[in-house]
Amino acid sequence: MQIYVCIKHVPDTAANIRPLGGTDFDETVKFIMNPYDEYALEQALQIREKEGGSEVIAVTVGKESAAVTLRFALAMGADRGILVKTDRYFTDSLETSRLLQKAIDMDGSPGLIFTGKQSVDTEGMQIPFRLAALFDLPVVVNVVVFSMAGGTVTVEREMEGDVREVIEMSIPCIVGTAKGLNRPRCPTLPDMMKAKKKELKVVNRADLQIQKPIQTVELLELQTVPDRCRGRILKGSPENMVRELLRLLRDEAKIL
Amino acid sequence: MARIGVLIEEKGGEIKKTHLGALTAARQDAVNEVYALLFGDHAEACREVLQRYGAEKIVAIKTPEPNPASFPEARAGALGLAMDAFRLDALLGVADQSGKDMLARVASLKGAPLVLDCLEIDFSSGIVKKSHFSGRTTATLRLNGRPWILGIRPNIAPEIVHPRKAEILTYKAPIQVSKRLVIREIKQGEAGGPDVSEAEIIISGGHPLGSAENFTILRDCAVVLGAAVGASRAAVDAGFAAHAMQVGQTGKTVSPRLYIACGISGSVQHFAGMKTSKIIVAINNDADAPIFGKCDYGLFGDLFEVVPALTRALGPVRSK
Ligand SMILES: Cc1cc2nc3c(=O)[nH]c(=O)nc-3n(C[C@H](O)[C@H](O)[C@H](O)COP(=O)(O)OP(=O)(O)OC[C@H]3O[C@@H](n4cnc5c(N)ncnc54)[C@H](O)[C@@H]3O)c2cc1C
Ligand SMILES: Nc1ncnc2c1ncn2[C@@H]1O[C@H](COP(=O)(O)O)[C@@H](O)[C@H]1O
Repeated sequence: MQIYVCIKHVPDTAANIRPLGGTDFDETVKFIMNPYDEYALEQALQIREKEGGSEVIAVTVGKESAAVTLRFALAMGADRGILVKTDRYFTDSLETSRLLQKAIDMDGSPGLIFTGKQSVDTEGMQIPFRLAALFDLPVVVNVVVFSMAGGTVTVEREMEGDVREVIEMSIPCIVGTAKGLNRPRCPTLPDMMKAKKKELKVVNRADLQIQKPIQTVELLELQTVPDRCRGRILKGSPENMVRELLRLLRDEAKIL
Repeated sequence: MARIGVLIEEKGGEIKKTHLGALTAARQDAVNEVYALLFGDHAEACREVLQRYGAEKIVAIKTPEPNPASFPEARAGALGLAMDAFRLDALLGVADQSGKDMLARVASLKGAPLVLDCLEIDFSSGIVKKSHFSGRTTATLRLNGRPWILGIRPNIAPEIVHPRKAEILTYKAPIQVSKRLVIREIKQGEAGGPDVSEAEIIISGGHPLGSAENFTILRDCAVVLGAAVGASRAAVDAGFAAHAMQVGQTGKTVSPRLYIACGISGSVQHFAGMKTSKIIVAINNDADAPIFGKCDYGLFGDLFEVVPALTRALGPVRSK
């Protein structure tokens, strides 16, 4: 079975993001694999290890620099990588999913497609659903438990109010993974060396023969969120601090 | 003027407050026509409250499947058809877990623009704001082409009374129910107590809590505060708190009126989940803790002393 894993190249969540006006930001910060995509890749690798004959293919839509994250995916254990090259950092979700779908479709036939539940840069939370519509496949995201038997995938997803839903889907299908699903492996130095010899195919938008780019949602501007200022710090005995806090919450903040 | 559908979730005729806030967000412009959309048979039971918060039409969506809650694909299909039938320009919902799922399914079926977790929405221009990069930046986005599908962050829009007279319409969706995706079971998790994503007051504990038992200190305080108990990732990873309680980038995004962080350092990833809280209170025994730099009120002290003192101070007030 061919298992495709969608992986995004994103700034480290602790990085200081500096908008440079318009939609630009300082891209010299440290980049990593989107954290939720690590769970996706780990799950795909575990399936390959259990079921012989499977192939794990990592796919990215991004700038040329995203190849680094694909290499990391190869070092974790993916068999091959596909980079759909774009010239801008931000692509509309519908456009991104069309590029992913076309690249996967031209490459092989997916038995399973894994994604993360969301990307930590744009926090879009929609690529897996858009892919599902384009492929006409069932999809579930926020998956924290996964199993597979006889053409059916069974997953658990987290919902509100501390509730989990157990869901069955027929294969092929799309699974969006969340923290708690597994513990992603860390590649070793020899893994990194081996990854250099693995196939990493670069595809240009033109190679995919799809219509002109669409921007159903257009980013106009990125702005720094000013940090909250240093608060009023209370000191003293617990009783005194608490009394003062309650007074402030009532009289100043007016929320109690 | 725009016709805006608001996706309302109800349980046995009860509607969550966050969903009434979505009605208010749609109602902000008096010229908009607001349709409350809900599945099932409780439209009449919900009429009173929906019209009080500004709904003019209440659409009860029915599917051929007797148990549509088990088939999210069918629900999304039905919702999409209802949008066409009433020629809605936009669909607004609350971006909680179930809302995000349903809105994303509908938008994908329609190939329509979608923005989830909006912090601000301007229905006259189609311009919205949302967080990018774990809350470090705000993105201003424009939706091109109709219909717009939008999910608003829970608790961001307060519910405001805008009385209208609402008419109830029934829409029978002519859909085929596919069985390729079925919800088989709903399990209650282990966290217990109210859910952080709904709560107006949250008291959260970090790694220094040290054990699951010690979280009772927070639970006791939560009872007198009428709060839900949350946790940092470090506390969850150490097994002191259930994952459902985690606040932050990998956990839940919350915007309560009051957030009390006890023994939480104030990492970017934790802030990503709670920085839109109205008031943030931090209890920490390190005067240089980063959280003191970004809270409204900081209490410098040992949480094991300060939290019980808070519980004691509140106890008699509330029980009066
Ligand atoms: C990709 C990614 C995603 C992440 N997602 C999340 C997330 O969703 N949520 C999240 O919370 N974190 C998340 N993190 C982890 C985050 O970076 C921090 O490691 C974590 O929030 C720290 O938890 P903490 O504040 O409980 O613990 P610590 O960092 O150990 O801080 C404890 C604080 O309590 C104070 N303290 C100690 N003893 C006491 C006492 N007796 N009384 C009062 N104060 C005391 C200390 O001074 C310190 O400030 C994520 C990290 C990554 C890399
Ligand atoms: N540019 C991209 N390239 C590859 N995968 C992506 C890309 N953008 C998003 N994804 C996948 O879709 C998931 C959800 O992303 P999003 O809808 O952007 O929050 C991510 O966790 C990735 O698995």
